[in-house]
Amino acid sequence: MGIDLPVVWAVIIAFGLMMYVVMDGFDLGIGILFPFVRNREDRDVMVNTVAPVWDGNETWLVLGGAALMAAFPLAYSIILSALYLPLVLMLLGLIWRGVAFEFRFKADPHHRAFWDQAFAWGSYIATFFQGVSLGAFLNGFAVENNAYAGGTLDWITPFSLFTGVGLLVAYSLLGSTWLIIKTEGALQARMVTLARPITLLLLVVIGIVSLWTPFAHPAIAERWFSFPNIVLFSPVPVLVLISTWLILRSLQGEPHAGPFLLALFLLFLGYSGLGISLWPNIIPPDISIRAAAAPPQSMGFTLVGALFIIPIILAYTAWSYYVFRGKVKVGEGYH
Amino acid sequence: MFGLTALELARIQFGFTVSFHIIFPAITIGMASYLVVLEGLWLWKRDTVYRDLYLFWSKIFAVNFAMGVVSGLVMAYQFGTNWSYFSSFAGSVTGPLLAYEVLTAFFLEAGFLGVMLFGWNKVGPGLHFFSTIMVAAGTLISATWILASNSWMQTPQGFEIVNGVVVPVNWLEVVLNPSFPYRLAHMTVAAYLATALFVGASAAWHLLRGNDNDRVRTMLSMAMWMLLFSAPVQIFIGDLHGLNTLKYQPAKIAAVEGHWENKPGEPVPLTLFGWPDMKKEETLYALQVPRLGSIILTHTWSGQFPGLKEFAPEDRPNSTVVFWSFRVMVGLGVLMLVLGLWALWLRWKGHLYQSRQFLRFATLMGPTGLIALLAGWFTTEIGRQPWVVYGVMRTKDGVSNHSALAMSSTLIAFVVVYFIVFGIGTRYMLKLVAKGPEDHEPTEDEYVAGRPSRPLSAAPDQMELFVPTNRHTKG
Repeated sequence: MGIDLPVVWAVIIAFGLMMYVVMDGFDLGIGILFPFVRNREDRDVMVNTVAPVWDGNETWLVLGGAALMAAFPLAYSIILSALYLPLVLMLLGLIWRGVAFEFRFKADPHHRAFWDQAFAWGSYIATFFQGVSLGAFLNGFAVENNAYAGGTLDWITPFSLFTGVGLLVAYSLLGSTWLIIKTEGALQARMVTLARPITLLLLVVIGIVSLWTPFAHPAIAERWFSFPNIVLFSPVPVLVLISTWLILRSLQGEPHAGPFLLALFLLFLGYSGLGISLWPNIIPPDISIRAAAAPPQSMGFTLVGALFIIPIILAYTAWSYYVFRGKVKVGEGYH
Repeated sequence: MFGLTALELARIQFGFTVSFHIIFPAITIGMASYLVVLEGLWLWKRDTVYRDLYLFWSKIFAVNFAMGVVSGLVMAYQFGTNWSYFSSFAGSVTGPLLAYEVLTAFFLEAGFLGVMLFGWNKVGPGLHFFSTIMVAAGTLISATWILASNSWMQTPQGFEIVNGVVVPVNWLEVVLNPSFPYRLAHMTVAAYLATALFVGASAAWHLLRGNDNDRVRTMLSMAMWMLLFSAPVQIFIGDLHGLNTLKYQPAKIAAVEGHWENKPGEPVPLTLFGWPDMKKEETLYALQVPRLGSIILTHTWSGQFPGLKEFAPEDRPNSTVVFWSFRVMVGLGVLMLVLGLWALWLRWKGHLYQSRQFLRFATLMGPTGLIALLAGWFTTEIGRQPWVVYGVMRTKDGVSNHSALAMSSTLIAFVVVYFIVFGIGTRYMLKLVAKGPEDHEPTEDEYVAGRPSRPLSAAPDQMELFVPTNRHTKG
């Protein structure tokens, strides 16, 4: 008897990162869509749909980092130092777009265009390097004596650059479908028009990543294509196809929350696919969650808090979204 | 870069990013509590001055908060990117403390911030007040966890080292380590002081410009009461903190005092000013007061405390730096006390709002809370060197294996981005301050339509140049 702490923590961290993708994905997506919307009022509406919640969304990324350090300090130290440059670039991107939320509205008139650019570029850079980090993570890291032993630029590979672009597509789908919920009129129509090609593009991206990963990593191919796994895991690609079709269908007529929820489901499928490929490793290609685990005293101490507090966090986060529910209108502020 | 090693660059990078970062949370901590008081007074007394001040400062709070969030995000990752050996060695202690900070503080602040800033007309006054309280509570809880972690690095206990890794054995001892209560109290009061000085300077500046009204006066009055109360408390806490440091980190105190060696049986003088020279092992040009060192640090007439020469050269912190950073902090602290007492005197005399000399001094003192706070952090952190975990792990053993080239490129990127982004942000904050608190008496239309301004901006979309007004509402 006893709780299997490394497994519980792997699940909590996976959940935290999933929450991050779910929540910050759409607000980064709004920045990614900025170049496709020129009108200032429309841009204001876009930013206003996330202004009250973006900070909470980003906190899941901090939780990811902190929980990783608490539960798997070895993974935290190796992965983060291996991904030094892409993570610094991601953070710098997040700085530009984070302050742009505030500064766009408080800038002198001739500064405003600059902060719009900062918001868009920051979102692109943060997302791209998040995707690059993900790709580099899947590729695995050179480790010797419990420390990263690779080079400063090992993270640059065709695959990681592709996942960087892929994540831009994924977040822009979340952004456009989120805006379908929160806006109306011409802006909403524009988002519906954009969401269609983005959905198809995302399907292509998922397809390429799904083929490229097992092709490049025999262990992952083994995981997916051996019997009985191939049967057990076959619902994942099937569901991907079905949900893509459902997104396209829900974009017809008068879409509301449908496309966004389906897009989340699609990303969840992709995410679980990654989980299947990696399990039980936390530092690919071969350091498992058990080998990287913190002492049980650390995992247990933090677990007590996490299990009590995360449900409370989810409750008041939901409340905050409830307070700011409904369509955001042009010129409407919250004060 | 400049012949610096990767270790030095890593330390500069951490020092640079954390120094920039700490400024914003310090104001966030103080300002959030101030906003709770303002909103509480508004709900209690229904005096519109408090509501107007709340709406005014919450805009400035919003800009400051955003800068705190983005600069803090960098910190959460820097432990792993730049200090990977430290993280894999001691992450089992600092990781859980940081995780608790995220769970109990960051989410709380972020979750209620939206309602606090944009929810004035979306939820009832009780719920809105509750949200403000939650944000303020979040800032204080956040300070508690991060200072527990930092204090553990200063005065570690409650752990064993097993297979070359820290294993916590008693979390109560880890969290309630010897320097934690003093550091937490000292930092919290420092944040309140910094905010009071910032608010007080803003008010004094407006009064000097002839923008005299109830709102501005209330700002000045509240800030000066806060200062009068906090400055002596801070000096008292600082003294206790110093005694605690002497007990657990005697080398730091020796460096702070530029004290090299004891003469048998003689009391220790206090070196007011001088230039501690690490190579010559003496403090040059020392201006000393006999016995005062003994009195301050041992609270006895002729007690002694260890000098730097009692520690091996490789275990000594840099006395030149901490000697001076400490004196900057203490000197500014004394000026804060003077400002608080001066305000009390003028208040008694009845011209707190008119004395131009006083108002000029209060304006100049605006940034000193933050400067003193930074100087204090330099003292305690540089004074901890050469250790990252005091007595357990040396800083040089904690750093990641990055090349000097990689470190200098990222350092340059951080420096450039921080100066642009936070420089501009600070400018926007000051422009909001310069606009001054407005009379927010809503018209009938606004009650119906909701406030016209934009989100995150109770701030107007366009900022006009400041025009000094001369509205006397009453008094």
